[in-house]
Amino acid sequence: MIRDDISIPFDVQKIREDFPTLLRSVNGKDLVYFDNGATSQKPQVVIDAINDYYTNNNSNIHRGVHFLSQLATSQYEEARKIIQEYINAPLSEEVLFTKGTTDSINLVASSLGELFSEGDEIIISAMEHHSNIVPWQMLCERKGCILKVIPISESGELKMDEFDRLLSNKTKLVSVTHISNTLGTINPIEEIIKKTHAAGGYVMIDGAQSVQHIPVDVQALDCDFFAFSGHKVFGPTGVGILYGKKEILDQMPPYQGGGDMIAKVTFEKTTYNELPHKFEAGTPNISGGICLGTAISYLSEMDLSAIHAHEMELAAYAEEKLLQFEGMRIVGTAQRKTSVVSFVVDGIHPFDVGTLLDKQGIAVRTGHHCTQPLMDFYQIPGTIRASFAFYNTKEEIDVFIKALERSLNMLR
Amino acid sequence: MTLDEKQQEIIDEFAIYDDWMDKYEYIIELGKELPIISDENKTDDKLIEGCQSRVWLHTDVVDGKMSFTADSDAIITKGIIGLLIRVLNNEDPKEVATAELRFIDEIGLHEHLSPTRSNGLASMVKKLKLSAIAATS
Ligand SMILES: Cc1ncc(COP(=O)(O)O)c(C=O)c1O
Repeated sequence: MIRDDISIPFDVQKIREDFPTLLRSVNGKDLVYFDNGATSQKPQVVIDAINDYYTNNNSNIHRGVHFLSQLATSQYEEARKIIQEYINAPLSEEVLFTKGTTDSINLVASSLGELFSEGDEIIISAMEHHSNIVPWQMLCERKGCILKVIPISESGELKMDEFDRLLSNKTKLVSVTHISNTLGTINPIEEIIKKTHAAGGYVMIDGAQSVQHIPVDVQALDCDFFAFSGHKVFGPTGVGILYGKKEILDQMPPYQGGGDMIAKVTFEKTTYNELPHKFEAGTPNISGGICLGTAISYLSEMDLSAIHAHEMELAAYAEEKLLQFEGMRIVGTAQRKTSVVSFVVDGIHPFDVGTLLDKQGIAVRTGHHCTQPLMDFYQIPGTIRASFAFYNTKEEIDVFIKALERSLNMLR
Repeated sequence: MTLDEKQQEIIDEFAIYDDWMDKYEYIIELGKELPIISDENKTDDKLIEGCQSRVWLHTDVVDGKMSFTADSDAIITKGIIGLLIRVLNNEDPKEVATAELRFIDEIGLHEHLSPTRSNGLASMVKKLKLSAIAATS
């Protein structure tokens, strides 16, 4: 990916000023927001863009000849280009607006899945989010396909030798997460993509946890599909992206029928519009799409390697502090990880810890994180997960550790 | 003591705490103290799966009065169960079926009884009331 080399020095206090939500208090305490894996906070530029769209530019797109419609359409298509450039997609029509990662995966399962037949195999992994499990199970039920699961090691890494064994000429598709939302593991997707292609299958990458943390170049990766959600990358909720290779998208039947996705409708026969519109039936989340463009522009002005270094420093600091507690167990200790720290404490229920941390102004996630099979693997009811973004600080971790200490003392 | 007097008693007990953490300290102590269900009743058919914590509920009618025992794997949930049982146990089925559990709101714990909290408590109260309704007919 080509990026400007004029990297701005990383100043976390300055960055925090961009995010008004971080300044609020919760339960009488300054908010410490460590639930970035669930959703990110929004910078003021995104909030302003939403406001600006509805205040000044609101109109339906792709339909009107009038000024506002043209304006909104060009803003929406401009956003598509910004996102195309960010993930280095070859063509803008390969970048489809969806409702989010879940919707993107369902689109592929429904549409590409139509081309699958009985006995075809789909491979996922043991650390997938429910949204990268259930659509494939539904497809298997519909089409008689077979779902295979790459197992993981205790540290939370894919067992690649097992993957090699599962992969065969029956494999139609491998769909795996780039980064685990529960464990933080960064998966070796380059290797998965190469091997799957060699075996003749397609690869879909769930990028819900990656675009905001590490550079993603879909051409260098050579993945066939890549999905992510706007709300996790500092953009609005209800909008997301599916990147797909044109030659595959062209072969796929439409996902939903309606306005915008058609070339010509008659009661005898309807012909479909070209990409990307073929997969974008109905009035989309126009404001969402435009403002996702704003969020990606914001992100692209930052130095991702500085972000990554800062986030990894936070995670290392948090893990070091956490391990000083008795009975502490970090869940997910892969070699390659992002800034997700999931943990359990002997004899203590995650729900109790989450409740007490909340009362001290700290937002973490507790529970199974929509990865129940993974919890079954570790034989735990859930974890407490702190997931950091670039706007978090070591001082916040200190506050969190103190609050955790107080909570554990109360619960023991 | 009537059902409502029991509620008032709890409200008064909580009135001395102005800090959230103190309230929870008290709830946790309740949770720790109470062995509120016997192991033979802690079976899967008594289990209410919440997304976050799990609750076991056993209901009975003894001498025309409702009798509940319950438990949870999370101690805060268990403490709140203790409060609910204190209010509802040994009451007429009719009283329980129509009880308005105002103390939960008044001591600031309504979030725990919200169906979106997914700790199993909202479903527990529903089941509890259904069992009382069944006992009235
Ligand atoms: C790895 C992963 N995949 C998929 C999703 C689903 O994303 P969304 O709910 O935005 O569709 C999430 C969100 O938690 C996730 O973390």
